[in-house]
Amino acid sequence: MYSRLYKSLISIPPLAWVAVFLLLPYALMLAHSFWAVRQGFLVHDWTLSNYRTLFSHPVYLQVLFRTLRIAASVTLCSVLLGYPLAYYLSFHAGPRKQLLYQLVIVPLWVSYLVRGYAWKTILGTDGVLNGFLHYLHLTTEPASFLLYSPFSVVLMLTHIYTPFVFLPIYASLEQIPRPLLEASHDLGAGPRSTFLRVVLPLSLPGLLAGSTFAFLLTLGDFLAPLLVGGPSGTMIANIVQSLFGAAYDWPLGAAISMCILLLILSILFLTERLEKRWSHTGASR
Amino acid sequence: MSHPPRHSTSRAPLLVSYSLAVFAFLYLPILVLIAYSFNRDGVGGFPPHHLTLDWYRLLFADSPIWDALLNSLLVAAASIVISLSLGLLAALALDRADFPGKSLFRRLVLLPLILPGLITGLSLLMFSVFAGLKLSLFTVLLGHGTALISVATTELFAGLQKLDRSLEEASLDLGATPWKTFWRVTLPGLRLPLIASALLIFTLSMDEIAVSFFLIGRDNTLPLEIWGRLRRGITPEINAVSTLIFAASVVLILIWHRLRTRALAPKLD
Repeated sequence: MYSRLYKSLISIPPLAWVAVFLLLPYALMLAHSFWAVRQGFLVHDWTLSNYRTLFSHPVYLQVLFRTLRIAASVTLCSVLLGYPLAYYLSFHAGPRKQLLYQLVIVPLWVSYLVRGYAWKTILGTDGVLNGFLHYLHLTTEPASFLLYSPFSVVLMLTHIYTPFVFLPIYASLEQIPRPLLEASHDLGAGPRSTFLRVVLPLSLPGLLAGSTFAFLLTLGDFLAPLLVGGPSGTMIANIVQSLFGAAYDWPLGAAISMCILLLILSILFLTERLEKRWSHTGASR
Repeated sequence: MSHPPRHSTSRAPLLVSYSLAVFAFLYLPILVLIAYSFNRDGVGGFPPHHLTLDWYRLLFADSPIWDALLNSLLVAAASIVISLSLGLLAALALDRADFPGKSLFRRLVLLPLILPGLITGLSLLMFSVFAGLKLSLFTVLLGHGTALISVATTELFAGLQKLDRSLEEASLDLGATPWKTFWRVTLPGLRLPLIASALLIFTLSMDEIAVSFFLIGRDNTLPLEIWGRLRRGITPEINAVSTLIFAASVVLILIWHRLRTRALAPKLD
């Protein structure tokens, strides 16, 4: 029903914009990763040396592994907090459901910076938590390990991503037809086996979507380590960010970015396959 | 609505207290932050004492903060224009046009939603150098505008799916030009998702740091101004500005949520 002109008018502007401001910049990043810096200047000589540096210096792989560990911890913690909360809201909250749902949504959109800053003031050596412990006479010396460690990065990012993980899990729990639970009960299944054999399998797509989100966004985060991480909480994105700043080695930074990008795209590819399979076999609706 | 199976209530007390603890974890840091914005003696220690409004007074006289806020508002307003118009076209194109590479285009448009800001920011930094653009609020706007097309496209595509296609057909059959149909039928039908995505783009742009971090010139946006101060040492003035940002985001979220429920709810009349 739409004319050719209409179709070109709606597709050409976004296509052109995406080509110039998204595709071209990614291509430039790829190109940079094969260039080099000599005597402080970027030279357009094609080389693989950036990738060689990356895999021959253990520091990069070490930081990458730490980053993966932190991302996995954040994902696990967010699921451990978000899943029971979503379960409670979906099955037990009754008339308070809408209000509680909105109460989870609010922190979701509250500024990243505001929430990160809040943790900084709470965990610091002169921070609120140390003051509180001292006030209760539980400690005599302020604990300095709370801030500037991988622990504080995990804590801050768990706080930020728990609502993100909650949302898709809640959506998938809400879609479970309630008669299924009654059927499971009537057929003699206890609460535990109803959960393990009906609820959990049907919520896997939501669980997967939420976990992927938390994992991928943590993987590329450089702000949390700068804010609360300290040297022992440095993540892979911090290396990239410093290579683009003071260390001035854009090609090496671009090479690391390309590896992060590749990692993210492969995880997205895998989860998409997995989700397709689960939504075919899991939901026999 | 069907009642939940009775056996599940026996496990509820544990679940209720666990959920309460999660809510406490989500809200306590923000409440602490707000409480200490009234504390004369700094951002730490316990309990807060000597309540004062001095930090707010200091904040209102702090002109760099207000300049940064103005910059942020400018960038956010322009981002709405760019992301919303391109997102609308992208959603229309995905809904009703066929072209080679359509599925690639869909993935590309949505990519900034899931990619870290680091990648989006750095690739646009390299683009700016390549294109000879000086880093400024304009390059920041380019970053926000491009990244947030994803948000508008998602919201508006969902809105288009719910739109009654026969209304457009009727308009065209009755002799309205496609142009007139677009303005008189399609756009009004998308009113709620348009407003909802504009609010979302506004909120996300106002809060954005990771992309702006690499594209900023001499003029700071509000989050980057605050970021810079965090490195110089912190005072409850930052708690005060954070409290105001929190209050503003809560108001925006409530409006957004109300619009969304209205857009999703079946029409009553």
